Order: sequence, then structure tokens, then C-alpha cells
Amino acid sequence: MPVFWLVIVVLALAAAGYILGRSRALTSAGGDIRRLHSLPSYYGWNAALKVIIPALLLLVVWLLAQPFYVNSVVSKMIPQAEISEGSSRGLVMAEVRRTANGLDSIAAAGLIDDDETRNLRVDTTDVTKLLKDAGQVVTSGITQPVLAAAQHYRIMKASGDLIMSIAVVAFALAGLLWGVRESHFDFRARNVVEQVVKALLIAAASIAVLTTVGIVFSLIFNTWEFFRLYPAADFYTLFEWAPSFSGRGGASSLGILPLLWGTFYISLVALVVAVPVGLFAAIYLSEYASPTVRGFAKPMLELLAGIPTIVYGLFALLTVGPMLLTVFGDDGLGWMQGGRAVMTAGITMGIMLIPFVSSLSDDIINSVPQSMRDGSYGLGATKSETIKQVVLPAALPGIIGAVLLAASRAIGETMIVVLGAGAAARLSLNPFEAMTTVTAKIVSQLTGDSDFASPEALVAFALGMNLFILTLALNVLALYIVRKYREQYE
Amino acid sequence: MYDAPKSLETTLDQKTAKITARDVQVHYGDNHAIKDVNVNIEANTVTAFIGPSGCGKSTFLRCINRMNDTIDICRVQGEILLDGEDINDKRVDPVQLRAKVGMVFQKPNPFPKSIYDNIAYGPRIHGLAKNKADLDAIVEKSLRRGAIWEEVKDRLHASGTGLSGGQQQRLCIARAIATEPEVLLMDEPCSALDPIATAQVEELIDELRQQYSVVIVTHSMQQAARVSQRTAFFHLGNLVEFGDTVKIFTNPEDSRTESYITGRIG
Amino acid sequence: MTDTSFTPPGRVPAPRHGSLITLDARTKKRNAAEKRFRMYGIAAIATGLIFLTVLLSAIIANGKGAFQQTFITTQVFFDPAKLDKNGDRNIDDIKKVSTFGYTPLLHNAIFAEVTDRGIETPLTKASEMKALISASAAAQVRDAVIANPDLIGETVEFRILASSRVDGYLKGRVSRESVIRDKSIDAEHLDLTDALADAGVIEKRFNLSFITGADASESRAEQAGMGVSILGSLFMMLVVLVLSLPIGVAASIYLEEFAKQNRWTDLIEVNISNLAAVPSIVFGILGLAVFIQFAHLPQSAPLVGGLVLTLMTLPTIIISTRASLKAVPPSIRDAALGIGASKMQSVVHHVLPLAAPGILTGTIIGLAQALGETAPLLLIGMVGYIASNYPDGIASGFLDPNSAMPAQIYEWAKRADPAYYERAWGGIIILLVVLLSMNLIAIILRRRFERRW
Repeated sequence: MPVFWLVIVVLALAAAGYILGRSRALTSAGGDIRRLHSLPSYYGWNAALKVIIPALLLLVVWLLAQPFYVNSVVSKMIPQAEISEGSSRGLVMAEVRRTANGLDSIAAAGLIDDDETRNLRVDTTDVTKLLKDAGQVVTSGITQPVLAAAQHYRIMKASGDLIMSIAVVAFALAGLLWGVRESHFDFRARNVVEQVVKALLIAAASIAVLTTVGIVFSLIFNTWEFFRLYPAADFYTLFEWAPSFSGRGGASSLGILPLLWGTFYISLVALVVAVPVGLFAAIYLSEYASPTVRGFAKPMLELLAGIPTIVYGLFALLTVGPMLLTVFGDDGLGWMQGGRAVMTAGITMGIMLIPFVSSLSDDIINSVPQSMRDGSYGLGATKSETIKQVVLPAALPGIIGAVLLAASRAIGETMIVVLGAGAAARLSLNPFEAMTTVTAKIVSQLTGDSDFASPEALVAFALGMNLFILTLALNVLALYIVRKYREQYE
Repeated sequence: MYDAPKSLETTLDQKTAKITARDVQVHYGDNHAIKDVNVNIEANTVTAFIGPSGCGKSTFLRCINRMNDTIDICRVQGEILLDGEDINDKRVDPVQLRAKVGMVFQKPNPFPKSIYDNIAYGPRIHGLAKNKADLDAIVEKSLRRGAIWEEVKDRLHASGTGLSGGQQQRLCIARAIATEPEVLLMDEPCSALDPIATAQVEELIDELRQQYSVVIVTHSMQQAARVSQRTAFFHLGNLVEFGDTVKIFTNPEDSRTESYITGRIG
Repeated sequence: MTDTSFTPPGRVPAPRHGSLITLDARTKKRNAAEKRFRMYGIAAIATGLIFLTVLLSAIIANGKGAFQQTFITTQVFFDPAKLDKNGDRNIDDIKKVSTFGYTPLLHNAIFAEVTDRGIETPLTKASEMKALISASAAAQVRDAVIANPDLIGETVEFRILASSRVDGYLKGRVSRESVIRDKSIDAEHLDLTDALADAGVIEKRFNLSFITGADASESRAEQAGMGVSILGSLFMMLVVLVLSLPIGVAASIYLEEFAKQNRWTDLIEVNISNLAAVPSIVFGILGLAVFIQFAHLPQSAPLVGGLVLTLMTLPTIIISTRASLKAVPPSIRDAALGIGASKMQSVVHHVLPLAAPGILTGTIIGLAQALGETAPLLLIGMVGYIASNYPDGIASGFLDPNSAMPAQIYEWAKRADPAYYERAWGGIIILLVVLLSMNLIAIILRRRFERRW
């Protein structure tokens, strides 16, 4: 763990910087704290921060950049002939890395000493067997160019690590020197430290932006890769979803339409359950219920919101599905073939969304001013007339926003559909048939054994891209509507 | 404590009383907001309730059409008779009562609907119109009586919330009239309006006296003097003095009334 | 005024309405509509509560069985002729005997229990006892012998796991109809189970190893436990706590106390509110692409799971932390600034301590949310079947492949053996108990430190 020890060294230097900076500032003031510009600890922190920040920044950048540099140098060593039909340079490089790791574990296990691993040759030793003995998983027989590349890879990595350690410690020492030399009684240490802390605060806040950038880039790059292997036109227009498990490209039909249909159908069923129940529950709780009933029923409903989705998934698979099957299955109406169906997932998802709809609607109904209600009661309207004809129309934009947010939740929900909706992609109108969704297919395409570089796996990123755009659009629209609505009554 | 003006009661002509209140008490939780109020309100008269803030005048006004029912912690005791019937009787539906006793609020509160729908709301829920033409006629009549017809006749389907404050309040008055009430309660209807709009509304109140019994709560003594025939002065939950407006403002019986009118309390 | 045209003279305006005491027909109708509308509301609340009750009772009814397991208590004779042929108690020789060498001993032991008690059964061979015991029992007995070779030659009482079919039969999951098509057990075994249960040899006991144990293979449902995946979740939550609390607090302090109104601040605000609504599976894709493909962090490691969940929980924590910072009145900041503290000092010394309970509550709720999340973990490889070994130490706890509680439940739900469904429900009970206690702590914290300004 060289990185771990490196961090420890940097932290130790920082501690030294704190002590030295603090005492040097005190000495320069002749031990009189009042002559110092800032409190003594600020001088210490100034020195410590100057040790830590540049050194750790360098460490992180180096750790991210080194593999790219090493990879690009080493991959140039592999002759074109090594890359067999249907393979790619990336796959061969993965083999090189595995071999290099295997050589590491051979050396670590003491099977042969480190110098020998550098001189191994395929024609003199059975390297593949040696690697397997050391517990490393390698696919095929290791060829000489791969072995040579792996050996070079190890050497570059080792020297890179060494240079990195030296550079990081050098940075830390330079920072220490800088920070300690600055520690003079008239140095404005507090202002400097506060500026640095503020910069750290900004960095922390910017992580939200970085996350979005990370999401967008990881989706775009892999989607782009997918569309190079598989035509985008087919993806958006084919009515069939049939990934092949053995072949590479061509053989698979990867059309998003049946998945979108399943997603929308299940979400629709969920909203049909959640919106009336949630809305009426919110109306009852905010307009009719006594404080006691409200105090009991509201937290109970919110309990539904705190239950993880895996629980709903299991509930769909093992309770809702069999229950529906007894009524609509072969013993009953005969509409349903198996427990997994659009209805199963939709109803369960609807239950999950009830508290979501009801608490959003509750907020929105409560923000309709009391004067509106008074105006209506003053004209002799009953409570229900007031609600139906004054409160709800006034709250309508907000409620639409809430429904859109719920729809976006339903579209992005995964565990319930993975367990409750089935695996077959179908374009059917029968809600008692099994269908599948975008999210369920993302899970199944990325958790299978298929190779990351194949279109069957990459399609998950294209699906994710569409899911992201869809939910983002719904959210932005919903938040906009709700914000406009609130401004109206503020 | 001041004794309720029993003598006053006898001086009033019981026959013309539209509303008679007897020993009305109101409690807000632990707060005794209205104490022993006795008052007679006559038909085709504007009655003004005046008094310093928090004296209970608005609370008492809200008792007359049972708007206090919507507040959980509010309890009303005593007897309020409308045409000789106790409005707090168990058999009385507040909905039917409020159709008879309309109300206009302090802040204009048009519904976020069109001007037409604002007016048509009451007639629709009470089933006053037989058909569309009938409803159109009611809307026009109410807007004319509300003295706002000329201003809005070309934009009946524009939103009611887009009108100016004074127009909104006249719209709300027209909305209250549309259900053909017999009594119209007004809770400081001009407090949110500028002087010009106030003058328009005051003129309207005087017109309305022809057909309705109007009760207006106001914190402006000038307004009470301008629009009302009878005035009741409330202080700390008590009805201190009730009588002809002219008499209250020129020759009050109670020292507290005099102090208030001359600006020493309130 | 214009109203004269509508009220011809002579029309008496007075009694426009009837008596208040008698309700007119229309009011009756309207009141009926009112009552109906109210009923819809009550029905909606009732529906919600019924769903909640059905859900909770399904969990408890199906899951409580997982906390009990069927055990067989029997006297095992460790035959020296089989276990230690040389008779010199050489530990290396004893270790050479595999679990297959111990299986017949167990069969004999149980067969002896049957014959000693004179229980009549058509099963006449000791090897036919195989269907009663768990495949894990032989390993349990072997481990005991290797730990203490002196047991050889002795007869020792052991409590071994019954097979999942026997367990299922005693819990009502396996019936006589269902065993007709079942190759691993026959009706005769069920008769024998009844008899042995009457004799007290077979009994159900509290099953601690469900809470502490590791996951087992498909065919050994009776042995599977949540322990390793609980550890996986724990290590993940440590990562989430250590990262999301400081980052979340720092971000909130910046946005609430320092940020000027500019494009960058707006961008951050928009991002936070949108990230809060991004589907969790998208965070899984992010984790897969960035942490595993790009940064080459180890797959299936709780460290990576923790990183992904941190990014997912940050918006929640930032939103609640900002709310508690906002709740600290400006007068406190002004007071600190007024005596010459810097902005930073006023925040660190005064605002932050006052907002701390709110921040903590928000963090616990965020953690609870992260703890129940499944989908992103599946994408970074934290799938259930991996949780079969305990981590060796702290570092391997973070870096070695592991699972998490919800992923383990998902794995069990996918397995074909219904015995695993019971365990999935049982796992949910454990998960919900943990979540409930976290929320209770949050509520207690809030009650205890709630301040009204």
C-alpha cells in the first residue's frame, strides 16, 4: 500500500508544519500573542495546509494520469498480429494487465523471485500455468509479445510509483518550507487560511456539478461507443428487443420501443393507483381530518415512503403477483399466465408512490390561501364544493407538478420492475402479461456475463441515456410548474 | 363591569328586527372574545360595527353566518335569531344559512377563475339558474348591482385576479349579491383599498341598503358615519353602545364611546 | 343606479329564502354529495393503511420463520477405524479425511436414534437418513474433530442442522403433496420427521446464524445468513458517513453563508435539485463507468458502493443541512460579526453548533435512504452470492468483494428454492429493524435538541 504510506507521510509532515509554523510565529513575536496578527493556531494551519493541499493534489492527478500514460506506451508495443479476429487492442491490453498482476502475485507468493519474473520467456517456461498456480485468472495461453508487454508494464508501473512517491514528498517538503518561512508575526495568517477554507467549501459545493458532468460523460461516451457498433436508427425504430448472448453485434435486435412501452404502461398503472388514492388522502388529511386522525394517519402513510424499494419488489413477486394470479389466473378469469405482469409491478409501484403523491399534494393544497376557502364558504358552498371548485382548480398546476414528479419516479424505479414485471420485452395491451422496462434491462444487460465492449452490454448505457433525459425533462418541467405555482401565492 | 344595555333593547322595535342576538359569548380556546352581546339588526338598514382592533367586532360578525364553524377552537354560545329562527339550532345547515347571509371579506378574494365564473359560482351551487340564459342574466344583474358591469362587460372571461384591488372588491360584492342573500356582512371591505375605490364601494353600500340588510365592520369612524344608519361600538369583547349613528357620533352615552370617537383610545 | 331595470317597483325583495330549520331538497342533495366526497377521502386513507397493513403483515408472516431453524440433536460416534486408520492421532492424517468420510457417521447416528426409540419406518438403511440432515452438518462435525482430535473414539452429542426440506415441513412450507415431485425427500422421511419431532430429537430453535452467518450455495438454504452482507452494508455506510457528512456540510455552508448570487451558484443549485430526482440506477451507471472502468477501483467493493451512495445521498444531506442552517436566526451571526469575528469564525463558532442537531438528523435520514438502495449496487457488482466469506480485516472490509443487505435479499428472491423466499423476507425484517432504529434515533435527536426561535 504505497499510496497509504505516502498519505501518512504527508500528514506527518503537515503535523510538523503546524507545530513549526505556530512556534516560529510565536518566537517572532517574542512570545507575546498580542503582537501576532492572527491567533497562533492560524499560523500552524497555514503551514499544514501548504503541505497537504499541493502534495495530495499531485498524488491524485498522478494516480489518474499514470495508467493512461503507461497504457498508451505499452499498447504501442503490441504488434497488430497479436490482435486476433473479433478482438480489439483494448481486450489484449486487459490481458496484459492481468498478466502483469499475475507476475506481481507470483513474486509476492515467492514462487520465483522478482528478478526472474523480468526475464521469463514463454518458450522456456509455462507462464500460463505459473500464473494459474498463483491464483491469477488468465484466458488463453500467454504469447511472448503479451508477456513482454506485461513485463514492460510492470517496470514502468514500478518506476512510475517510485517517481510519484519522490515527487509527492518533495512537494510536501517544499510546502512545509514555504509555510514555515511565512510564519512571521505580521503575516495575515487568518485571512490566508480562511481563503483556503472557503476554496475548499466551493470545491465541496461543486461536487454536485461534477456528479452531473460525470453522469453525462459516462453516458455519452458509452452511448457513442454503442452507436458505432449498432445503428442508432435501429435502436430507436425496431419493435423488437432480442439480445443475442453468444454472437457479437448483428445478431441482436436491440430496439428501445418495447422497453419504453413497458415502462410507460407500468408507470401508467402505478399512477392510476397512486394519484387518486394519494390525492384524496391529501384532501382528507388537510381539509377534513381532526388533528388526532391527521397525527396518526399522516406518519403511517409516510411509513410507506420510508420502505426500501427492494421490499416492494419482493412484495410484488411473492404477495401481489400470486394474489392477482388467484383472481385473474387460469383458475380464475384466465387472463394471467404468471405472477409477473404489468399489473403486479404497476400496483406495487402505485402503493409505493401513494405517500409521495399525498405529501406533495398536501403541501400544495395547504398553500392555497385560507381567504379563498372563506370566500367560498361565505357564499354558502359546502366543503366538498369548495374543494372541488375552488381549492383544486387553484392548486391544479401544483398537483400536475406533483404527478409529473411521481411519473418520473415511476419511470426510474428499478427493483420493483426487476422482480415484479418479468423479463420478456413485449408490445402488448394486456396488462396481465409480463413486460419489461428500460431500468430492468439496464440491470440485466450490465449484470450478465457479457463483455463490456459488446453492443449487448453497451446498450445499457444508451438505455440509461434515454432514461436520464426522460426523467430530467420531467423533473425540470415539474419543478418549473411547482415554482411558478408557489410564486403565485407568495 | 359595564352592564349590557338592557334599556336599549326595549327601545328597539322588535318587529323590524331582521337579526336578534341574545347573550352571545364567543371563546377562542381560553380567550373569552365576545361577552354578553345583545343586538338587533334591522332590515334595509346599514349597521356599522366600530371599535379598536381586537375588540371582537369581526368575530361577532362571523357569528352571524357561522363562519366561525371553520375554526376548530372557536365556541359560540347564546342565541342569534334570523327572522325568528335560531341559526345555531342543530337542524340548521350552515350552507343554507350562508346562502341567506352573504359575506364580503377584508381582503378581496376573487377565485382564480374568470370574472363570469366568479359571479356564477354561487348561483350554480345553489341552483338558482334554470339555464344558461338565466345564468347570464344573473351575472349581468349582479355585476350591474356591484357597479362594476361597465368596467368588465367586455372581458367577462378574463381572470378575476387580474382586476385592480377596488375592482376585485366590487367583484366580490357582486359575487355575494348573486346568490340573492337577505343580509350582507362586510368585514372591513375597504381596508385594502385606495380612497377612490373606497368611495366607489361606499356609494355601492348605500345603494345596497334598498334591498338588503347590511352589516359592516369598519375601523374608520368617518366611514361608519358616512354609510350607516345604526352604529354599535365594541370594546374588549363588550358591546358598549348601540344606537342611531347620528346619536353615537354626536352625543354618546358612554364615556368609552366618547373617548374612542374623539381619538383617545383605539 | 342601473339595478332599477332589474327590480321592477312593487317586487318585494324580502323573503327570498325559506325557513332555515327545514332543509330544502337541494341542500339535502348537496349534503349527500358532501358525505360521498368525504367517504372518498376516508376510503383513500383506508386504502393506504390497508396496503401498509398487508405489506407489514406479509413481511412478518413470511419472514419470522427465518429466525427459527430446525436442528437435530444426536449422539455421534467418531469411529477410529474410519477417521484415524493409523491410530496415532496424527493431525495431518486426520485432516486428510474429507467431509465425505464424516457423512456416514452422521447417518449412523440418526439411524441409531430411530432404532433406539423403536420408531417404525420403512427406511431400513442408515444412508437413507441423508434426506434429513443438512449437507453442512458433516463439515461442522469435521471441524470439531480437527479442533479436538481426542474426540475420536468417543460418542459426542451434536446439534446439527436439519435439511431445508425437513425445516420446511415443520414450518408448513413443504407438504406431502409437494414432496411427490421432490427428488430429495420422500413421504417416509416426513413420517420419520414427525416421529423424531415427537421424540424431541428434531426441534425448531432460534437461529442466530441467520443474523451472523454467511450466504450459502443454492442447495443449502438452511445454512444461509445475512451476517456478511450486514458487514458489507456497514462498511459502505462508513464510507458514506465519512464522505457525505463533511462534503455535505461544507457545500451547505458555502451555499447558505458565503455564495454570491452568480451563474456558478445558480448552476450548483439547479444541479442539486435535479440530482435529488435522478433515478438511482443512473448513479449505478455512473459508478460503473467512472469508478470501475475509468479509475480502476476494485469491482464489488464496499468502498465503491459507498462512493456511489455518497453521490446519491449528497443532495438529500445538502438540502436538509441548508434548512437547518437557515433556521439559525441572522441575529446570531450579527452578534458574532458585531464583536469582530470574521465571517468564517461566526459560522464555525456559532451557526454550525446551533445547526448541528438538524444536520445530524438529516444525515441519519440520508444514510437510512442509502442503506435501503439496491439498484446501483447491482451495477457495480455488489451482488448477493459474493457474500460468502467474512472480510479478513478493516482494509479487506472496504476493498474485498462483498454484498449489501438489500442486494443479498434480491439474490435470495431470485433463487428457485422457496426456502430462500423465507430468508429474503427474514432479511427484510432485519433491514427494516435497522432502518426503523435509525429513524427513531433521528426523531429522538430532533425532539431532544429541537429549538424554537
